[in-house]
Amino acid sequence: MGVEGIGARVLRKEDKRFITGKGRYTDDFKMAGMHYAAFVRSPHAHAKIRGIDKSAAEAMPGVVGVLDGKQLTGDGIGNLICGWMIHSKDGSPMNMGAWSAIATEHVRYVGDAAAVVVADTLENARAAAEAVVIDYEELPHVIRAVDALKDGAPQLHPEAKGNLIYDWEIGEKDATEQAIAGAAHVTEMEIVNNRLSPNPMEPRAALANYDEADDHFTLYTTSQNPHVARLVLSAFYQVAPEHKLRVIAPDVGGGFGSKIYIYPEEIVCLWASKRLGVPVKWTSDRTEAFLTDAHGRDHVSKARIGFDKDGKIVGFSIDTIANIGAYMSLFSSSVPTYLYATLLSGQYNIANIHCNVRTVYTNTAPVDAYRGAGRPEATYLVERIMETAAREMGMDPAELRRRNFVSEFPHQTPVIMCYDAGDYNATLDAALKAADYANIGKRKEEAKARGKLRGIGLSCYIEACGIAPSAAVGSLGAGVGLWESGEIRVNPVGTVEILTGSHSHGQGHETTFAQLVNERFGLPVDNVQVIHGDTDKVQFGMGTYGSRSGAVGMSALVKALDKVEAKAKKIAAHLMEADEGDIVIEDGEVKVAGTDRKLGWHEVCLAAYTGHNLPQGMEPGLKETAFYDPTNFTFPAGTYVCEVEVDPETGKTEVIQFVAADDFGVIVNPMIVEGQVHGGITQGIGQALLENVIYDDNGQLLTASYMDYAMPRADDVPSYKLSTHETVCPGNPMGMKGCGEAGAIGSPPALINAITDAIGNNNLTMPATPARVWALINGK
Amino acid sequence: MYATNYHRASSVEEAVNLLKSGDDAKFVSGGQTLIPTMKQRLAAPSDLVDLRHIDAMKGISIDGVQVTIGAATTHAEVASSAELAGVCAAICSLAAHIGDPAVRHMGTIGGSVANNDPAADYPAAVLGLDAQVRTSKRTIDAADFFNGMFDTALEEDEVITAITFQAPEKAAYVKYPNPASRYAMCGVFAARLKDGSVRVAITGAGNDGVFRHTEMEEALAADWSPAAIASCSVDEGDMLSDIHGDSAYRANLVRVIAKRAVEAAA
Repeated sequence: MGVEGIGARVLRKEDKRFITGKGRYTDDFKMAGMHYAAFVRSPHAHAKIRGIDKSAAEAMPGVVGVLDGKQLTGDGIGNLICGWMIHSKDGSPMNMGAWSAIATEHVRYVGDAAAVVVADTLENARAAAEAVVIDYEELPHVIRAVDALKDGAPQLHPEAKGNLIYDWEIGEKDATEQAIAGAAHVTEMEIVNNRLSPNPMEPRAALANYDEADDHFTLYTTSQNPHVARLVLSAFYQVAPEHKLRVIAPDVGGGFGSKIYIYPEEIVCLWASKRLGVPVKWTSDRTEAFLTDAHGRDHVSKARIGFDKDGKIVGFSIDTIANIGAYMSLFSSSVPTYLYATLLSGQYNIANIHCNVRTVYTNTAPVDAYRGAGRPEATYLVERIMETAAREMGMDPAELRRRNFVSEFPHQTPVIMCYDAGDYNATLDAALKAADYANIGKRKEEAKARGKLRGIGLSCYIEACGIAPSAAVGSLGAGVGLWESGEIRVNPVGTVEILTGSHSHGQGHETTFAQLVNERFGLPVDNVQVIHGDTDKVQFGMGTYGSRSGAVGMSALVKALDKVEAKAKKIAAHLMEADEGDIVIEDGEVKVAGTDRKLGWHEVCLAAYTGHNLPQGMEPGLKETAFYDPTNFTFPAGTYVCEVEVDPETGKTEVIQFVAADDFGVIVNPMIVEGQVHGGITQGIGQALLENVIYDDNGQLLTASYMDYAMPRADDVPSYKLSTHETVCPGNPMGMKGCGEAGAIGSPPALINAITDAIGNNNLTMPATPARVWALINGK
Repeated sequence: MYATNYHRASSVEEAVNLLKSGDDAKFVSGGQTLIPTMKQRLAAPSDLVDLRHIDAMKGISIDGVQVTIGAATTHAEVASSAELAGVCAAICSLAAHIGDPAVRHMGTIGGSVANNDPAADYPAAVLGLDAQVRTSKRTIDAADFFNGMFDTALEEDEVITAITFQAPEKAAYVKYPNPASRYAMCGVFAARLKDGSVRVAITGAGNDGVFRHTEMEEALAADWSPAAIASCSVDEGDMLSDIHGDSAYRANLVRVIAKRAVEAAA
């Protein structure tokens, strides 16, 4: 490892512009003649649109258009799609209702777009939006998923009878039931995974322009995957053909999954720009973000797990109802199925698993992937029930886990995944030691003397990242391949430009990707520029989500670097009249091994571009592209230990310590990885203690601002104790596993297990608000 | 935000005249409630009359045990006044825990008291210190000032110019913050005044704004100790109930936080 190579704590190149306020976000871009869109949103959870009176709005100052859903569909704009086909267990395809970017006949959740106003200023657009009069006929609505499945529940979409989108299963039901029937001990739980709002710091935004002279569209947007956006906007929504649409995702201030999807607003801005002949900008305000950004989680599950007399798991059965909201967002169908149930084996060797998932429509905002996407739901379920089972059986929760750990690799689970590498005992040992688990009894006594309840909880998580082998996901219903592309452009002076289909919205790619080049050629990271987020610059890519940009995105760059290195060596061998196999590139020099002959890296690069003296038949230039398709998922895993103190008088939980021992495989920049773990754990603590999206019985969103939606703050969390244990991932050239989601996946069960240990009551649902914990302690 | 006309008054008299000349004018001090409400398009005053630049309304003066805090004094100024801390540290600590630094450098005591948000901190101090609210027209006793949630004895064209009170013998304010907004879910200002009487003023928990708990006051007058109020009753029917805690939880908070306030002021 050099000072800037793999494993080095290189400071982030991008931070100067971020921390000095010089980042360039979508809302920072302006165009001549730019107009502003303001959406007219449904105030009702479910209603029929009887009519829209636009006359007052159209007469208001600065208004150039008041547009509705019928005009949108009349212009041939297609309905929103869901990119992953799920089949029910009876073989029938999922029952998907129509979602138009602007409602045509029905609105189905509070915030659903019913019309849009475009005006010369934001103030004029918003004032006119308030003057659009929509005649609604209110319809019965349903908010909770369990209620949506009941007989006689209000029906959202004609395509989905009884609001059921699919009734899907994985694993062997009969064998699992038999195994549980013969178990020495069975633990049963009902487990709720609370609904969350993603809350990226930068709200969503779009700026669209149709240039009539060039017959060409440009869209600036807050996207984690601009190429996917262009593909979907072109192929499915018929907004513009791909070659006439440039999508730019400039600096993006956080996504957490919520900026993967192509939302109605981007479609409408593009369409309105052409129809009205002006550039159109829309920037979400925070309340719109709470109302319309895709939410996360929202599962209700019943689980049963059986053990033999030695505490070995014999069978695990799960029945889950997933709330998908009013419409199926882009990857919504995959989250409660292949991203969830495939991880229900946890870190454990379980012969029999069966999971049934019913996914349903409700009159709430769409639900899709949010940091972890399915894997937090699986981990929470597995780790809550393991801890509970240990307590019921009177066993040490750490020992119960240890007895069931997978210890030989590769390990095929009964739910598709084949774990490739790991050492679960190592991360458990490291975490227990760091947490001083052995002496928790003393600390509990000491706390009791102060009138506080102390508790400790574990979570041994596993997740699947590096999504994903294209053929595998294709066979499971994905509409796209999940490879990544990378291009290495070496300039004549030897500096390097990396073009990647990954997208950085906080991950630090501009630094870590440059570290790859430093490792390979010994060039300073300052000589490397990372270019991403523009479909005119990067040919194609699948974007950033699912902790994939290291394992998949960087693997594509490794392949491209291999090609660059091979060509550079051929040129150098030719110039120095040496054997190609004797050429080594290090410290910015190209050397003949075992001699003092060498050339500067820049001299070889210049030779590639002058073309004066190249090997016979070689093309000039030094630029290579590679596409990398992963061979397997990667499996980051680890143990988290949380210790809390509960104030029995108020129910307030204080997180005393939080220990994370993670196995992320090979790590490029430990500082950035620690930052990811810090953020992830804090989001997980947010879910477990604070965050909750709440709709009232009328379908109104009660948590539509930070006055009521509680985000974790610095004083809610302790200083984390982190460590990593490396087992090399055999599935990709770098040996990387991914670290972006682990913290959010692994932490909630550790926290809830700790609180339930402290208060001696297991009947706790997230978030563990003080009021909820106090009520449990006092039997209210 | 809807368009509005901004005026900066340099005297109380000018402020009142500006208010009267507007269609639907409102006074604004630190604007920490009004401006966000306007941004959400939930308020649309035609004119804003800014009170923060009236010299006569600024600053803290202490004369023996008599304290006067100008209405336009910011929370940050109250929080950092060593002289005030010398006679009533409780109010400095209260101010130091309102919002965040940006809020504390804009928000003012007059604005907070005039708005009478049911979860604001200052109303508890005004009631708990048996303070007087000095206005452009008169002086109002704290006991007569707060009329319930967002409602006060102020007339439309009446401006708070100062809050005055006698330094207490001892006092403390303890806040239990709402996990989301960090406003008080329950804030208790407990004080023993120079005349030996006791005040227990509670904000954040009641369903009609700040209130005094006379049963606790009597118990504490006899015996200033947390144990003295342990068995005092709190009527759940008078409590707020929302997604952060039901009325039973808030009634419990009133008891617990009151005990802690008494302990802190010991």
